[in-house]
Amino acid sequence: MRPTLPSLINVLVPVKRSIDYAVKIRIASDGKGVDTNVKHSMNPFDEIAVEEAIRLREKDPKLVTSITALSIGPAKAVDTIRTALAMGADSGIHITVPDNTVVEPISVAHAIKKVIEKNKYELVIMGKQAIDDDSGSTGGMLAGMLNWGQASFASKLQVGQEGKVQVTREIDGGLEVLEGKLPMIVTTDLRLNGENSYPLPAVAKRTLSADPTDSSEPRYASLPNIMKAKKKKIETLKPEDLGLDFTPRLETVSVSEPAKRTGGGKVENVDELVAKLKEAALL
Amino acid sequence: MSTAARSLARSLPRHLARRPAPLRASAPRPAPSIPAHTTSIRHGGTLPDRSASFTKPTEDHLKVIRGFLSSPTSLLSTIDGSASADDLAVYNDDWMNKYHGKGPIVVKPKTTEELSNVMKYCYDNNLAVVPQGGNTGLVGGSNPVHDEIILSTSNLNQIRSFDPVSGVLVADAGVILETADHYLAEQGFIFPLDLGAKGSCQIGGNVATNAGGLRLLRWGSLHGSVLGLEAVLPDGTIWNGLSTLRKDNTGFDLKQLFIGSEGTIGVITAISILCPRRPTAMNVAVFSLPSYEAVQKVFSEAKGSLGEILSAFEFWDKQSFSLVKHHMEEHLGGERKVFETEGEFYCLIETAGSNAEHDEEKLSNLLEHLMSNEMVLDGVLAQDQTQFSSLWSFRELLPEASGKAGSVYKYDLSVPVGKMYSLVERIRERLHQAGLLEGDGKKEGPIRAVIGYGHMGDGNLHINIVADKYKEEYEKVIEPYIYEIVAENNGSISAEHGLGVMKAPYIGYSKNDTSVEMMRKIKQIFDPKGLLNPYKYIV
Repeated sequence: MRPTLPSLINVLVPVKRSIDYAVKIRIASDGKGVDTNVKHSMNPFDEIAVEEAIRLREKDPKLVTSITALSIGPAKAVDTIRTALAMGADSGIHITVPDNTVVEPISVAHAIKKVIEKNKYELVIMGKQAIDDDSGSTGGMLAGMLNWGQASFASKLQVGQEGKVQVTREIDGGLEVLEGKLPMIVTTDLRLNGENSYPLPAVAKRTLSADPTDSSEPRYASLPNIMKAKKKKIETLKPEDLGLDFTPRLETVSVSEPAKRTGGGKVENVDELVAKLKEAALL
Repeated sequence: MSTAARSLARSLPRHLARRPAPLRASAPRPAPSIPAHTTSIRHGGTLPDRSASFTKPTEDHLKVIRGFLSSPTSLLSTIDGSASADDLAVYNDDWMNKYHGKGPIVVKPKTTEELSNVMKYCYDNNLAVVPQGGNTGLVGGSNPVHDEIILSTSNLNQIRSFDPVSGVLVADAGVILETADHYLAEQGFIFPLDLGAKGSCQIGGNVATNAGGLRLLRWGSLHGSVLGLEAVLPDGTIWNGLSTLRKDNTGFDLKQLFIGSEGTIGVITAISILCPRRPTAMNVAVFSLPSYEAVQKVFSEAKGSLGEILSAFEFWDKQSFSLVKHHMEEHLGGERKVFETEGEFYCLIETAGSNAEHDEEKLSNLLEHLMSNEMVLDGVLAQDQTQFSSLWSFRELLPEASGKAGSVYKYDLSVPVGKMYSLVERIRERLHQAGLLEGDGKKEGPIRAVIGYGHMGDGNLHINIVADKYKEEYEKVIEPYIYEIVAENNGSISAEHGLGVMKAPYIGYSKNDTSVEMMRKIKQIFDPKGLLNPYKYIV
């Protein structure tokens, strides 16, 4: 751990290319995974992380000196990095793996650690979990490996002078406020990008949550920014370049759908309902 | 309109529900001074008197009809008290709450046979009938004008079959459009029709009105995709024309008469339709533009560079954007900011194809071209499904946004693309001159907003005039002026909404006398008594 200057923070935002939130998941034919031949996009929690990094810089341009998007994934993961660049990240790092490789959270954490050792970052903002595996463990493991402070499920993040950080966390009982110092890992929850943010898009709101005060809205990628993003640098690395080995330690034995609910019958109309209730001697 | 929104509209206390000016008979207006095509022009706001040739429905009729139906819930009536007037309001009133029928009987048969028996009985006893599907029409075509019996297809709701090799779907008329599409999605296919009302409208009604929708540009018209129909004719005969053949040149193509016939020559009870493979890669981008000319240029560019993957091109003006954003703030908890630079006009481009890389490359090239040549002021490209739906909602919520802002006079016009927006400007000018519109509209009214939007790809413009209430005074300023300026441009006074009761008197603005006479003859052949959906369509 080294002392940090009050300004000029380099922010690292790991982003994962995962199955699109709106896609209906189906079990793969071999029963060992899900059908991945569907639309993919940036993990929503990572999108919130990118948004938060950009907002930190917008709030205080002297605070953040660079925002780097990092992804470990197949060739197509470069699209996810480009989305981050189109939202406002400055440059990207892509660690490539063959298609359909599963990279376990511990390997991801190792990879991020190597990247941090190679370049210098003071703040890592990452999603609390990926919506495809829901492991939610990378952030914690990374903090342990680096021996950095961590604040997970952040719903509010404030970075002040002299590297002081205040994070509001969502926990079961309510909200918890933590204070820490950079360098630090922060994992994002849904309600980050809260206060000054725009609320959830109407359509997503109706499907995602019943609470209208739920907020957090990552910005759209605007055309001018998409064009600028094309010129931003993405460094491509292979795992071997960083001395990484992604061999999985876990084997997925089987994946199956939850048991279908049985019982309950549909009735065509009120008369049938009345008849069935009478049958069941409830009327 | 979604069922949720409909039930919201239903919950308005009756005394707040908007009512039209009291109906009174008036002398037919003189024919317009543009080429004389027409029959008597009847001012749109007044409805025709009840025809003396129709029998008044009574309790005796009710008893017989009940005998034809297998389920007691297939019959609702105020005559025997099985339903109250409020229960029947959802069938008697139209979606815009502009037309209010006084039908005392609603019949919802469960099979085509039941429907045929009811229809035959009504025909033999001179009882007027109005067929009704999802009741989402916008020209008062599916509601009684007086006491017509409402014949609903809602209970004809089975998907009969689907062939995954040919893509032919055979389904009952009462299947809800969205339900049909979800069924097809499971199989990797798509229903070749999409419109805002998909959660409530029924496919039989869609075919009867030849609905256009948001993707006509890509899938073509129902006249092309419908392969066959099953319908009950006014005298009760069941016509089985349910072919699943893609090609069949054996005689007159009868189904084409029924497609778009608005329930006046028969009640469609089932359809067979050719469904395309569902595109696996879809993208949407929205743009802000400085002028209508710019929109047209972008449209040209898009057609050229996107070619076969272009699946929708919609546009709307800044007044529309303002209205829908306001609606989202007020009723839907707000919406995140889309543009840094707003414009005078907005457009939405959607692509749909089977290969994501191929489509993205084409789209990327187009976007770069538009930006570097400064053809647009700003733009946004959806990065995931959720953003895709959000961006579409700016266009899809426009009808709902208008409806919530006041009483809407809705026009659906077809003119050459270059002339489309001039119609909006002229109607605004006319309302200004009549002292009804100040600037872009004021909250108190009388006219709160005049918005223009539509399917540029199909040359189809929608003009919504949002007023504080439905008032004959307003109607007189708008009609027939709006139809006159359309006729000047040799356009259609109803591109996709149909004639119903609202535009029936104005058919002369788009069709000449010979055409109208031929249509009358066709109606005579099928329905000499004129009791199937009377007072509408061809009058």
